[in-house]
Amino acid sequence: MAMKTSSAKFKERVDEGLHNDFMRLAVSSAQERLHGRRLTAVDELGSWEEWRSLGQEIRQHVLANLDFYLHQLAENVSKRGGHVFFAETAEEASGYIKDVIVGKKAKKIVKSKSMVTEEINLNASLEAIGLEVVETDLGEYILQVDDHDPPSHIVAPALHKNKEQIRDVFKEKLAYTQTEKPEELTAHVRGILRKDFLSADVGITGCNFAIAETGSIGLVTNEGNADLVTALPKTQITVMGMERLVPTFDEFEVLVSLLTRSAVGQRLTSYITALTGPRDEGDVDGPEEFHLVIVDNGRSSILGTEFQSVLQCIRCAACINVCPVYRQVGGHSYGSIYPGPIGAVLSPLLGGYDDFKELPYASTLCAACTDACPVKIPLHDLLRKHREVIVEKEKMAPFSEKMAMKAFGLGAASPMLYKFGSKMVPAAMSPFKTGDSISKGPGPLKTWTESREFPAPGKESFRDWFKNREKGGNPS
Amino acid sequence: MKGTIHNEERFLKNISKNLGRPTMTEGISLPVWKNAPQKEILKKKTPHDLVEELEEQCKRVHTAFHLTDSKQVGHLLKQVIEQLGGGPLVIPDDTRFSEYKMNDLLLEEGAFVWDHQAGRKNIEKAERANIGITFSEMTLAESATVVLFSSKDHGRSISFLPSCHVSIIPKSTIIPRMTQAAAAIRSKVAQGEIVPSCINFITGPSNSADIEMDLVVGVHGPIKAVYIVVEDK
Ligand code: SF4
Repeated sequence: MAMKTSSAKFKERVDEGLHNDFMRLAVSSAQERLHGRRLTAVDELGSWEEWRSLGQEIRQHVLANLDFYLHQLAENVSKRGGHVFFAETAEEASGYIKDVIVGKKAKKIVKSKSMVTEEINLNASLEAIGLEVVETDLGEYILQVDDHDPPSHIVAPALHKNKEQIRDVFKEKLAYTQTEKPEELTAHVRGILRKDFLSADVGITGCNFAIAETGSIGLVTNEGNADLVTALPKTQITVMGMERLVPTFDEFEVLVSLLTRSAVGQRLTSYITALTGPRDEGDVDGPEEFHLVIVDNGRSSILGTEFQSVLQCIRCAACINVCPVYRQVGGHSYGSIYPGPIGAVLSPLLGGYDDFKELPYASTLCAACTDACPVKIPLHDLLRKHREVIVEKEKMAPFSEKMAMKAFGLGAASPMLYKFGSKMVPAAMSPFKTGDSISKGPGPLKTWTESREFPAPGKESFRDWFKNREKGGNPS
Repeated sequence: MKGTIHNEERFLKNISKNLGRPTMTEGISLPVWKNAPQKEILKKKTPHDLVEELEEQCKRVHTAFHLTDSKQVGHLLKQVIEQLGGGPLVIPDDTRFSEYKMNDLLLEEGAFVWDHQAGRKNIEKAERANIGITFSEMTLAESATVVLFSSKDHGRSISFLPSCHVSIIPKSTIIPRMTQAAAAIRSKVAQGEIVPSCINFITGPSNSADIEMDLVVGVHGPIKAVYIVVEDK
């Protein structure tokens, strides 16, 4: 799939999103549920700010000493008989994986969900040499069956589809004859995928967090698919973004707690697994051979820059689930496998400004994302920094630049005025206010506010607005 | 046998160059983190409180909870097996089954005992089994999680392939949360023990909310989960 999921122009993608009512309904209800669950999980935990600070501190320490921890990880994986391949580019990574698979004369590959394999376009390069690749995460499987529909969310990839649409896809592609009940749809997939697990030659996984001290790979799922992917095939290949590691089991534990609560509002997900090396001597299941592929693909050039903190990300999607812009336009509008606030920050860094220069403008800078982030990435600040870079260094004029300039009068000369959040200068917004909400916003807001009302900054934070409207209160 | 490592030097050099310093592959020690909120959770709870916490949490993760003692556990297990629709059963090769006097029952039920010398047959048996029965090594009260260690006598498939997973929980294995489990694993590592190739933290049955965020229980792994806490163990 690669980073880029669409060749349509940004404006066209957004228009399509805005006019797809099915999708918008699916997205907003999913967003509300995920958001609500997260708040409950976070509230009951108490001392959330301390948790976030701890998460941030751990992630910052790892990034500052990334070479040390990667070295320790590689040594410990190799001590346990695993093979480690450091890949600087997407091509190097998929090339190595292809070689391993071809060397095994493998035909069928089962995969558990992995964003980094999407990023390096792995499925396409394996399919191009005649291999059968089966996604086993239910959401990913639905998309694969639907002619490789791109994911629209990093935790729930098929969130833009409703159950009737899924039923119709299954009818057409899988000879499905039952109803749109999620239980029946799921049972059907279980039956099909069981056979694939048992007959696959190679299992490919992503990696939530690797543990340097023991050379372990941590996988977090609810379905248990990653466990079958790694228990049954003879060869296991794990692909990880180079920043996805922690020093020891102690930090693993903390980040897993932050991840499961922030992503799905659970204390822990059903399956959390730490795998170390291939199977032990005498073991009957687990892989005979284990390969760990550590991918850079543009990450190292983020280190040492003002954007370094984005590498703290643990891919929980909390920022996506609170984003009013994502809610309006859906995941596909971003045209990247990484949508929402994290996508708007990360995609231009990994994929370049040429393809993704509009994304930093796909934000109201309301800072709801920054508040939600369990590892305290200042997402809205990074979005603002992107805008500065685009205007000042890249000398690019993204689609909304003109409109933004007009709306803000001074525009880029005074980045402070870009700030739409609760702290923004009220005067810049007042002409667009109707009562307490913005129905026709200027510049970047205009597209986003076409059909739904946005909270007016200044009086109420987005979080309060969200809470109020959940309770059925005043939408502003 | 040691595995291979490719391209490490060049890769790490790139990182350290961007970090603006020479490559460091040694000499970093773990800082003392400024915050430790994880250590406060369920800190002052008695073993009895932890059992209650576990029971309460089981309700939220779609898991049946039973409390018994080592005299009654065989009897209870028989009932649980019946309720789940009977065998076939698959179990690890674990001496605790005889210690808890469950051998006769399991023999009667025709349970398949994991046999590392039988190779692939184990997986076939597990795939056809209705119920897999395990012993929890550590049990996390906060999240209702059982922890399993793989070995030649305890295949990973036992807790994944059957339709139901029954886990027997000696009360002494119950700890507040994953924090204490991580510490226990680390102290084993510090003593030179080898981490098992697979450590599972399992919380209830397999599930998914990928279709309209509606929870469906039973996706790839077990559809039902049952915990049996044994009070005097
Ligand atoms: S940026 Fe923060 S909130 Fe967003 S996915 Fe990453 S960790 Fe989660």
